Amino acid sequence: MDFFFDFAAEAPKLIQLLIGVVAFLAFVGLMLLLLDRAPMKERSWGHSLLLLGPALVLLTIGLVVPGIRTTMLSFMSGDSSQFVGFDNYAWMFTQPEAITVLRNTLIWVLLVPLLVTAIGLVYAVVVDKSRFESIAKSLVFLPMAISFVGAGIIWRFVYAYRPEEADQIGLLNQFVVWLGGEPQQWLQSAPTNTLFLIVVMVWIQAGFATVVLSAAIKGIPAEIVEAARLDGATPLQMFFRVTLPSIRPALVVVLVTQSIGTLKLFDIVRTMTGGQFDTSVIANEMYNQAFRYGEAGKGAALAVFLFVLVTPIVVYQIRSLRQRREA
Amino acid sequence: MTTIAPSIAKTAQPKTAAGRVRKRLSGRVASLVAVVIALLWTTPTFGLFLSSFRPEDDIKQTGWWTFFTNPQLTLENYREVLFGSSSSSGRLASFLINSVVITIPSVLFPLALATFAAYALSWTRFRGRDWVYIGIFALQVVPLQMALVPLLSFFSQGVEVFGITLMPAWNLEGSAQFIQVWFAHTCFALPLGVFLIHNFMSELPGELMEAARVDGATHGTILRKVVLPLVAPALAAFGIFQFLWVWNDLLVALIFSGGTAETAPMTVRLAQMAGTRGNEWQRLTSGAFVSMIIPLIVFLSMQRYFVRGLLAGSVKG
Repeated sequence: MDFFFDFAAEAPKLIQLLIGVVAFLAFVGLMLLLLDRAPMKERSWGHSLLLLGPALVLLTIGLVVPGIRTTMLSFMSGDSSQFVGFDNYAWMFTQPEAITVLRNTLIWVLLVPLLVTAIGLVYAVVVDKSRFESIAKSLVFLPMAISFVGAGIIWRFVYAYRPEEADQIGLLNQFVVWLGGEPQQWLQSAPTNTLFLIVVMVWIQAGFATVVLSAAIKGIPAEIVEAARLDGATPLQMFFRVTLPSIRPALVVVLVTQSIGTLKLFDIVRTMTGGQFDTSVIANEMYNQAFRYGEAGKGAALAVFLFVLVTPIVVYQIRSLRQRREA
Repeated sequence: MTTIAPSIAKTAQPKTAAGRVRKRLSGRVASLVAVVIALLWTTPTFGLFLSSFRPEDDIKQTGWWTFFTNPQLTLENYREVLFGSSSSSGRLASFLINSVVITIPSVLFPLALATFAAYALSWTRFRGRDWVYIGIFALQVVPLQMALVPLLSFFSQGVEVFGITLMPAWNLEGSAQFIQVWFAHTCFALPLGVFLIHNFMSELPGELMEAARVDGATHGTILRKVVLPLVAPALAAFGIFQFLWVWNDLLVALIFSGGTAETAPMTVRLAQMAGTRGNEWQRLTSGAFVSMIIPLIVFLSMQRYFVRGLLAGSVKG
C-alpha cells in the first residue's frame, strides 16, 4: 500500500492559521494601544464603545439578526419566496413524519435527564469516600472529553450486527448470543432504537452528573450527617432523608442542563442512524430540512420551536443561578 | 443497596452480629454497584481502542475479546486512516490539521473579545450598561439552529437592504473558508464567554481599580497589569470549554466548512465515514481514536480547569 501525505496541500492551511493568529495579535495590540492613548475620564463613551464594539457587532451579525431572520423565514415557503402563514407549523404538528420527530424528542428529553441524574447520583454516592474515589470519577467522566461523533462510533461498534451463523463483533450481540438469543439489528427497529441512542447520551453525560453531585454531597455539613448517624439512620434513610434534600439545588442544575443539551442534540443521531429508521429528533430534522431538502421554511419553523422549548428552561436556570449567588 | 430493608438500628456502631453483617453487606453492594458502573463506562471505549490495533480481518470477523486468546497487534490501521492514498481511506492527517487550524483562532478570538467586553461591562461606566449586559446574557437562549441559515447566507450573499449592497458576498475559497468557521464559532461563543468572564471580573475589589486609576493608569494598563492576572482562572476555564466545544463540534463545521479535506475538521470526516463506510471498522476505530487523543490529553493534564469549564459552560449550544 502506498502512503500519501501531500505537504504542498497542507501549506496553505498553516499559512491561513498564521494569518489568523497574526490578525488576533494585531487586534489585541491595536485595542490596547487605543486604550492607552485615550485619556482617562470618569465617564467616557469612547472607552466603553471601543471595548464593547467588536463583541456587539459580532453578536448582532451572528445571533440577533439571524434569530430574527429565522423567525421570519419560518412563515415563508421552502425557497423563501412566498408568505405561507402558519403552514410550516401546521406541518410540524400534523404530518406523521414530523410527529415522529416530536415524539422522539419528547422521549429523549424525558429519559436522558432522569437517567443521567439517577446514575450520576448513585455512582457519586457509592464511590464517595472510597479509596479509589478520584480515579473512579475520572473513568466515568472521561467520555465528556470525547466528541459525540467519537462516542457514536464507539457505540455503533458495541451494537454491531453479524448474521447468526457468523461470529459477532459487537459486544451487545455477543452477550445476547452467549445467553442463547438471536443477534439483533439494534439500531434499525423502531421504536426501541431510540432507546439505544439514548444510552449513548447517558453514557457521555453521566460523568458530568457524577462530578456535580459528588461536589454537592461533599458540601453537606458534617454535623447533619453526624446527627443523623447518632439517631441511628440506616444508609437508605440517610440517603433519602439527608443526602437528597441537601443536594436539591445541584440536582436541579443537572436536570436543567441535561434537558437543554438533550433538546439541542444533533451529533449522536446524525452519526449513528442519520435520523433513519424513525430516530430523527428536532435538531437533526432541522438540519435535514434546511440543508439537505432545501426546505428553509420548515427548517426555520423547527428551529423556532426549539427556541420556544429551550427558553423557559434557560430562564429558570438563570433565575436559580442568581438566587444562589445572592443567597 | 435495594437489598437492605430500611430498619432502624438504635446505635451508631452496630453492636449486634446482624448489624455488622448488614453494614458490611451495604458496603459490598455499594462496591459492586460502583464496579459495574465503572466497567460499563470503560468497556466500550476499551473495546474500540483494542480493536483499532487489530488487523483488519480480525476486526471484521471476530470480536475484540478474542484478542485475549489470539493476540495480534498492528499499527496498519492508523497508518492507513491517517495517510492512506486510496479515496476510501480516511486521509485523516489532512482533517487533523484542519481541526487544529479551526480550533486555535476559534478559541483565541472569543477569549479576547469576551474579555474586552466583560471589562467594559464591569469597570467602565456608561448609561444603559446594565441593559447591554442583560441583552448579551439573554442571547444565551438562542439555539445555534436559529442562526445557521441566515449566517450562511450572510457569508454567501452579503448584506443587501432595499437593493443597496451594504456588504458584498465574501466568496471565500480554499483555505480562506476557515475564516467563516472562525467567525461563526466566535459569534456563538460570545454570550457565554462574556457572561462567565464578567461574573468573575465584576467581583474584583473596586479599590484596586481606583488605586491604579489614581496612579494615572489607563484602561489598557489596568486591564493588562491588574485585571488579567486576577481573572486568569476564569479565562482558562472558558478557554478549555471553548477548545473542547470547537474540537468536538459537528454541526457548525458541517455547515460552514464545506465537506472536503481542504477545510473540514475530523468530526465531519468521521461522520462521513460512519455513514458511507459504516462497516470499515479498521478505519473507524483508529480514526475515532485519532480524534480523541488531543482532548483526552487536555483532560488528563488540566482536569481541574476542565471540570470547571464544563460546569460553567453547560448551557451553551
